[in-house]
Parts: sequence; C-alpha cells; structure tokens
Amino acid sequence: MDLLGFGDLLLSGAWVTVKLALTSLVFGLLFGLIGAAAKLSSFWPARALATLYTTFVRGIPELLLVLTIYFGGSVILMAIAEQFGYTDYIEISAFAAGVAALSIAFGAYSTEVLRGAIQAIPKGQWESAQALGMTPLKTFFRIILPQVWRLALPGLGNLFQVLLKDTALVSVIGLDDLMRQAYVATGSTNQPFTFYMAAALIYLGLTVLSTATTSWLERRSDPASTRAVT
Amino acid sequence: MNWDWNVIIDYYPRLLDGVWVTLELVFLSGLLGLLLAVPVALMRASHNRWLRMLPFGYIFFFRGTPLLVQIFLIYYGASQFEVVRESALWPILREPYWCAIIAFTLNTAAYTAELIRGAIQAIPKGELEAADAFGMSRMLKIRRIVLPRAFGTVLPAYGNELILMLKSSSLASTITLLDITGAARTIIARTYTPLEIFFAAGVLYLVITAVMIGCFRLLEKRLNRHQHYKMPAELVAVDPRLKD
Repeated sequence: MDLLGFGDLLLSGAWVTVKLALTSLVFGLLFGLIGAAAKLSSFWPARALATLYTTFVRGIPELLLVLTIYFGGSVILMAIAEQFGYTDYIEISAFAAGVAALSIAFGAYSTEVLRGAIQAIPKGQWESAQALGMTPLKTFFRIILPQVWRLALPGLGNLFQVLLKDTALVSVIGLDDLMRQAYVATGSTNQPFTFYMAAALIYLGLTVLSTATTSWLERRSDPASTRAVT
Repeated sequence: MNWDWNVIIDYYPRLLDGVWVTLELVFLSGLLGLLLAVPVALMRASHNRWLRMLPFGYIFFFRGTPLLVQIFLIYYGASQFEVVRESALWPILREPYWCAIIAFTLNTAAYTAELIRGAIQAIPKGELEAADAFGMSRMLKIRRIVLPRAFGTVLPAYGNELILMLKSSSLASTITLLDITGAARTIIARTYTPLEIFFAAGVLYLVITAVMIGCFRLLEKRLNRHQHYKMPAELVAVDPRLKD
C-alpha cells in the first residue's frame, strides 16, 4: 500500500488504533466486571453507585467523555498536585485519556451485558457450590465466571465493535491514530477523499476481523452447540 | 480546584442554543433516515436475490466504519472532485450543517434498515397469507399490514437507535457546528473551566435522553395497544373464554 507515500503513515496509525482498542478492552472488561458485581451486590450503596455509573455514562456522548477526561483530567490532576506543592502545568497524554474514556464507556455497557449473563446462571449452582463449602468469592471465580464468558460473548463482541469505531474520537484530542494520520496526509496532499476513504476501508477491515474473531471465540466457547455445524 | 457554578449560570443561554442545534440535527436526520431506511429494509427483506444484495454494500460500509470518518468523507472529501465543486449541489455540500445531516442520515438509515428488516421478517406468515386471501395487492399489503406491524415491533429498538443518534450528534462539533458539545468547547476556550461546562453539557444530554425515553414509552403503548387490550367486563361475563 503506497498511497502517494503515505501508506506507511496510515498503517502506523492503524496500529495505534488497534493498541488503543485492545488496551481499552482490557480495562473496560475490568470496569464491567466490577460494575456487574456491584449491581448484583446485596450492599445497597454499591448498587446505587453502579446504577449512577451506568446511567450517567450511557447517557452522555462518548466524545464528551473523551474531551472531559482530556481537558478536565489535567485540571483535577493539577489541583491534586498543588496540594503537594507542585504548581507546574500537567498534561495528560492523549493515549491515556483515550484509554480512560473508552474503557469507562465500554465498562458501563458491559456492566449490563455481564449482569445479564451472571443472572442467567441457575441459582442452584451457587447453592451447590455453597454446599461444597466454597466461599462466595471462590464460587464466583471458579464456577460462575467461566460460564459467564460463554453467555456474555455475543454481547461483548458487539460492544467491542462499537469500541473499535469509537477509537476514531480520540483523534479529536490529537492522538496519532488512523483517523489523525489520514488528516495529516490530507493536509499535505490536498486529497481528502482518497485518504479518508483509505482510512474507512482500513476500519472496515478491522471490524470484519473483529467480527470473525468473535464468532470464532463463540464457536470455541460452546463446542456442544449445534450452531457449530450449520 | 474551585468548582465555579457561576460560569455555568453565565453561559447557560449559549448551551441552550446548542440544545436546539442538537435537537434539529437528531430529528431532521432521524426523520430522513427513517424515510430512507424503509425502502432499503423492504429491499433487504425481498424475495428477489438481486434486490436483496443491492443495499448490502451500503449497509456494510456505514455500519462497519466510524461515523467520524463518514462525516469527514462528506465534508472534506467531497471537495476533492472538480465535478462536485461545480455542481448545483455544492452550495449544500459546502455547508457543515448539511454535511452533518447527510452523514447522520446515511448512518442512521443503515442501522435502522437492519432493525426494520428484522421486524418485517418477524411478522407471522399467517398474517401475510390472510392479506393475500383478501386479495390485497402487494403495495396495499405493505402499506396496511407489513409496515404498521413492523413499526410496532421495531419501536423499542428504534428508540435506542435515536438515543445513539443523539450521542453521535456531538460529532457535528468536529466540523465547526455549535451543537451542545460545540457550544461547550467554544465556551471552554474562553473561560478554561472544562469540568463545569462539560458537566453542564452532560446533564443536558441526560435530560434529553430521559425525555426521549419517556416519549418512546408513550408511543409504544399507543402503537402496540393491541397487546394491552382488555376485553370489556360485560363480554367476559357472557363468555369467560373471551378473557384471553
């Protein structure tokens, strides 16, 4: 891929996009698990906090979240640093702000997916684990979680698709991702359509790849399913 | 860090102006998107293989790429071609407002078409056969049976789509439009109070989301009222079997 000599630039941007998406996925899943555990908790403040989190984050645009964390985050960090006598300007890296924003958003949506999956597991499994003398925490990690994976996979796959497309938003705060590199190439060649179309096709390739990976994981996680045959 | 409520109060009117732009973007492109989605969905649900394949590329592209790329392709990309710049469409394609509307419309139509297709295919076959038995023509069947039934089914999912649309509309701020996010960004450039203003903007989005959810609940009740129909008590008294 040459593209007037900007092919490598676009590919390096695509690599940043992939790294951003995967890092956000890891942290987002973590937030989602914590959120789901909190929503199912018998401790009401945890439930209230989790509901507040999912309602608020799912109700505001992802772009607003990215901007708030990037610009607001440095204000907060500087205020904290000031308490320790550090008064210089602090800037958050675009990558860190992007990971924070995208994983918070992914976490809010996956909280609901994981909660549904956990609730779909028969209560009898909790009870039999208890009968075997397992603590609730051990039951969760040994019995429930391995099965949640299978049930939550289709939902999480969709969310990852959304996450992958949302990574483009981080270009707005200056991260050198695929979108941003297309913009850079446009600036020096004056061929916006060519480069945005190239970027679009690379994104399309990435989403196709992620769909294929998800369905492969789905088949693998559920070998007994007859769907594997069709 | 000092939280400054005054800055929110001072710039509140500017944010409210942004609310109108956001609502205009969402409803105009939501409406146009729906109008485009219906024929596309009918094609996707068609029995003719070629008719079914035709919109596939369109839906695949718009669902598989980020909305931001689509907006930039239309707003910046169109100007690359001499033909476009000299055409009658240029006064429209030059305006960021119309570019945003076009991008949002094409994007939401692709998602909505798939939702409607699912709803059309979920219509029980017997209802269509009953329509055939009445001698309805194909168009009459679509108008009287297929679409009304599909809209009832698709409504909750379409409500979600419109809320996603509301959130996506914030991307219009990247091509200089002053919607809620755009207004917030210009205010912050002047006051440098990102936390307060973004917080206020977030609350506005939440309020709009809540109102939209409420409206869709009402609409759903109305369009799907056959599901909540209760037989009058006098009739049930005559024959208890009518109860269900």
